[in-house]
Amino acid sequence: MHDAAQGGARPLLEVENLERVFDVSRPWLNRVMERAPRLLLKAVDGISFTINRGETLSLVGESGCGKSTVARLICGLYTPTSGRIVFDGKDLGATPANEMLQLRRRFQMIFQDPYASLNPRWRVERIVAEPIRSHDLVRGTAAISKRVGELLTDVGLSPLDGEKYPHEFSGGQRQRISIARALSSNPEFLVCDEPTSALDVSVQAQILNLMKDLQREYGLTYLFISHNLAVVSHISTRVGVMYLGRIVEIADTRTLFERPLHPYTRMLQSAIPDMTMSGKARTPVAGEVPNPLDPPSGCAFNPRCPFARDKCRAERPALLPFEGAAVACHGIHEGWVPIQVHAAVPA
Amino acid sequence: MSSSAPTPSAKADAAPLLQVRHLRVEFNTRKGTLVAVDDVSFDIAPGEVLGVVGESGAGKSITGTAIIGLLERPGRIAGGEVLLEGNRIDNLPAEQMRRIRGRRIGAIFQDPLTSLNPLYTVGQQITETIQQHLTLSAAQARARAIELLGEVGIPAPERRIDHYPHQFSGGMRQRVVIALALCANPRLIIADEPTTALDVSIQAQIITLLKRLCSEHGTAVMLVTHDMGVIAETADRVAVMYAGRIAEIGPVQQVIHDPQHPYTAGLMGSIPSVGQDLERLPQIEGSMPRLNAIPPGCAFNPRCPRVFDRCRVDRPGLLQANHTMAACWLHEPQRKAPGAGSDWSEGAVHA
Repeated sequence: MHDAAQGGARPLLEVENLERVFDVSRPWLNRVMERAPRLLLKAVDGISFTINRGETLSLVGESGCGKSTVARLICGLYTPTSGRIVFDGKDLGATPANEMLQLRRRFQMIFQDPYASLNPRWRVERIVAEPIRSHDLVRGTAAISKRVGELLTDVGLSPLDGEKYPHEFSGGQRQRISIARALSSNPEFLVCDEPTSALDVSVQAQILNLMKDLQREYGLTYLFISHNLAVVSHISTRVGVMYLGRIVEIADTRTLFERPLHPYTRMLQSAIPDMTMSGKARTPVAGEVPNPLDPPSGCAFNPRCPFARDKCRAERPALLPFEGAAVACHGIHEGWVPIQVHAAVPA
Repeated sequence: MSSSAPTPSAKADAAPLLQVRHLRVEFNTRKGTLVAVDDVSFDIAPGEVLGVVGESGAGKSITGTAIIGLLERPGRIAGGEVLLEGNRIDNLPAEQMRRIRGRRIGAIFQDPLTSLNPLYTVGQQITETIQQHLTLSAAQARARAIELLGEVGIPAPERRIDHYPHQFSGGMRQRVVIALALCANPRLIIADEPTTALDVSIQAQIITLLKRLCSEHGTAVMLVTHDMGVIAETADRVAVMYAGRIAEIGPVQQVIHDPQHPYTAGLMGSIPSVGQDLERLPQIEGSMPRLNAIPPGCAFNPRCPRVFDRCRVDRPGLLQANHTMAACWLHEPQRKAPGAGSDWSEGAVHA
């Protein structure tokens, strides 16, 4: 692929034509009596990407673009409707159950809401030790509690915190506990679904720094899901922009922010509140995300796109390589959407 | 923009529309009295947007709620006063306050779904509010409602007026809530996290709208948010709150680009921004104290990189610091004298 690994090593995760359809029809009786049609929602509509070892790929987009569904598909919380997820050379859909448990140990997930993702009736030690116990990684109570102590220290808490319950911690500290739990099975790959969205900015900075430190220390690979472009620009190696279930642009972080190609990427960037030009109005963006049950024909972004032409309404653009990135836009590939290059903004 | 005035009221020439003086809000709990807002004072001039920022639990929403008289038990205003156009409103009976709310002060809350009644159409809710506060016939009120919906950018308002809230998207619902807040032409709008529940692209639309409407109608806005970016784009002045008090207040440019309180400096540094190539974000260690464990002296002292003895004992009031007012002993006149004011911001945060 265009974004092949440095040195030609096989990527840790390969996703090919992943698709997930949710059936959101009315109940059977209503369908029969009211002749309501079957409603299918394509949350993830044939997306492909790879993640190399040690890098952070971020998926960004607005609510309902399917980014969290991708995270859940990769972690096995949903089963794909079609497509393949290959982790370290093994197709997750075709792996026998006994081998699957072994694979499961190697990837873990961190969720958005640190209040909902920790069992309020368990002590922190039991929460963090659960993956250790279920994968039988360390035996003996004393050894497990020693390991939990190490993990808590790693994430900036004290080993004594293991005795406490989740309600005794603030949001940021709870997210640290979630990270300790995710690390307890010695994973190589972490899927982080909006891990800092529920946190205050000063706490967000602490958690982002912690995630970077842990990545360096343990050689972790991250799939980072976020709607916040500034956070994404800080943490990622590469960024994929999603719109209505598809990736519309994917590039390394610097390229994406200095030379955004897809009109949607540009729109997202201009919507970021700009701290430096205080008082100046930002470019307002017209329109809203269309109803995913009834997506527009052709390119899903065409009703909001300032460059849209007839072709955009008729034919859906494919994600094709373009000068070191990949973009799904007729205008870019055919040269009628002007490309703007932002000079690197000095810090 | 009125950016250079150093006093708490930037548009000092105009008589302030809202004056908050030494406001104190307490919550009586079984474990004793918690002080959620402590000695908060500020003014808002007509047509001015005052941003109030701070982390969760800093007391910013409680301040807004106290001003519009919607504090719920066990919360109560324990001291200070709130003046609207020179008249006290914090001690009014509930019925009188109800008439002021909506007529002279409008409110916009975070979640547009919970601020609208799902059982009534948008039109019914707006016309009810209009007729509550203005003497208009049903037909006139409806015409005014359609006009308002058009003004907040809802396409085909004459058709949309008969729709129920669930038929609107999040961004459109927030526009309806703004229309509702504006319908009696209030002098002041208290907007509590109006864009937090919305996507970034919609957030930009709502901010632009709010700003345009307020400058057109000359409405003053108290904008409560935790999002510094929203403040930077909207506010004229900003108050930064920490543990129930104002840590720093001043013109938005100065507070963002030349913060004088170590907490403000740390907060600004910890915001990631596009194009800034940092390996690590500067972070403030620790977290904000809980209300039952506010340290003596300056509430920020355990986390402050520039703490000295006095901070642990005495609580600082707002002191003049450059172009802003900061509650920090570093800005005490006798201390500041030997050139201490210039070099301090570099050391203010841990890199």
